[in-house]
Amino acid sequence: MTLAGRSLPVGRIDPSLPLEERVRLLGEAARAIRRRDLEMVRSAALGHIGGDFSSADIVATLLLAVLNIDPSRPSLDDRDRFVMSKGHSSGVLYATLAAAGFFDPAWLDGYMEPLSPLNGHPDRKKVPGVEANTGPLGHGLPIAVGIAIAGKMDGSNRRTLCLVGDGELQEGSNWEAMMAAGHRGLDKLTVIVDRNGYQQGAPTEETSRLEPIAEKVRAFGWAAAEVDGHDHASLLGLFEKLPVIAGRPTFVIAHTHKGYPVSFMQDRVEWHHKVPTTEQVRAALQELA
Amino acid sequence: MTTLVGPDLFDCRDAFASTLQDLAQRDDRVVVVCSDSVGSSKLVDFKKRFPHRLVNVGIAEQTLIGVAAGLANGGKRPIVSAASCFLTARGLEQIKVDLAYSHAKVVVCGMSPGVAYGELGPTHHSIEDVAWLRAIDNLAVVVPADPKETEQALRAALLHDGPVFIRVSRMPVPSVYADGYQFVLGKSFRVTEGSDVTIIANGTMLARAVEAATLLRGRGVGCRVVSMPTVAPLDLAEVRAAAEETGAIVTVEEHSVRGGLGGAVAEAVVCQHPVPMRILGFPGFLPTGSATWLLEYSGLTAAGIAAAVDDVLQHK
Repeated sequence: MTLAGRSLPVGRIDPSLPLEERVRLLGEAARAIRRRDLEMVRSAALGHIGGDFSSADIVATLLLAVLNIDPSRPSLDDRDRFVMSKGHSSGVLYATLAAAGFFDPAWLDGYMEPLSPLNGHPDRKKVPGVEANTGPLGHGLPIAVGIAIAGKMDGSNRRTLCLVGDGELQEGSNWEAMMAAGHRGLDKLTVIVDRNGYQQGAPTEETSRLEPIAEKVRAFGWAAAEVDGHDHASLLGLFEKLPVIAGRPTFVIAHTHKGYPVSFMQDRVEWHHKVPTTEQVRAALQELA
Repeated sequence: MTTLVGPDLFDCRDAFASTLQDLAQRDDRVVVVCSDSVGSSKLVDFKKRFPHRLVNVGIAEQTLIGVAAGLANGGKRPIVSAASCFLTARGLEQIKVDLAYSHAKVVVCGMSPGVAYGELGPTHHSIEDVAWLRAIDNLAVVVPADPKETEQALRAALLHDGPVFIRVSRMPVPSVYADGYQFVLGKSFRVTEGSDVTIIANGTMLARAVEAATLLRGRGVGCRVVSMPTVAPLDLAEVRAAAEETGAIVTVEEHSVRGGLGGAVAEAVVCQHPVPMRILGFPGFLPTGSATWLLEYSGLTAAGIAAAVDDVLQHK
């Protein structure tokens, strides 16, 4: 088995670099993160590669190039907060945290192994950079709202960003929290939905319709924005312009593809949590080279 | 040292509310989180005094707990206050995951628990809360008996390294503890000595247990009364001492007979030193009626407790 998936660039991207260079570096990093994630899922014979890959560009952009965080000091009071509400995409979260420098990439070898700090769903007590223990859906957004309320009380400039899955929006707790955040005008809070269109077993729109998401969130007092969730330049541009409307939290609909960009995984629902065979890993790694 | 003080009855929410203000005055990080429960939690004065430190998320118990966890992440010391029946049932997964599993330092206060909302029916009775919360690891569960213990439990909870649930009674209770009493999280308190049998009680039932012991003493039964405010983690040594030294135990609580204080004590007794036990509480869903009527209906009176003691002594 090739070890081509194991190399991982470590370190955050210098924000003073020209945009084109940051985009180029993000592209390289996101490919390396996907390759490493693929190895992790193959090794554990468990994971959620479809949603990992749909959210990889968003997670990489935030953790490597947007958030005001210091991987060597993960508990700083005024750090920006990133809450990964879709905790089942732990593979991409861990690979990206390691790439950012929060912990030794060697940890990734133990993904879901007995006694590993890298559970199938993230545990903030064990993994530096994890802000919230998630896994059951609909938990991250209310927590992010609480973090944002605390920041507003303190007059802090820190930002809180929360990534949710699209199927996850079927959980009512999100809408409770959206109502509270809209009411409070938490404009340092941004929620991004990984809008890949699929939940575990079927398209979201065939299961319990989510659309029109933008109209719904606007009705809850949020600003809505849409972006190509695989386009690093667009993601960087959007995140640099937050909040979209002063005095309102921002809800970003990031259009993505499950399994992106691997040809035989993309937009195929079975890759929600299918484990690739050795041959499929080899083929995917070639596409991600 | 410990006495049943006078005929006066107290609503423990008053001690809760005044202690909250004192804690907020002393620590800028203290914030209160509620779910449309300002009035029922007696937070009107707190709101006037600290308007920006009261977070009312609306009628939304899952978000109530999630927001509290987020506030803790953001450096605050959140104290959650809402009706126990809704808070603990609807927010249960958030209590498990966002607080206990995440080790978030949040104090959760379940107001008006047990059958405080007696007339409103079983939807509003909170007689399972202790059972399902004590099953959660890394969550302290405290059931204070009177205003003094409520105040001390709240202060201790804020100092505790981890999440704490406190059941704050609405039903009027007498003051049970004398001035020198000091609540310690995880520790029981021996209210009366006795060697024939032990009654272990907490919350609103402690005063009635003391009354029962007085009745029994008049009949020549030496009855030890142990106050067990902390159900999790349980004071195992005191339970063992009760079993070994008195040979029979009766538990009494304003809760279901399944899984609460009685269940916790029974687990400890069976594993450490089996002796005959009786578990007093509610057998299941209750009819409508005032709290006082429901306690009498369920035999949770001094006479009812004394009868259970007589029964268990037959099997000693």
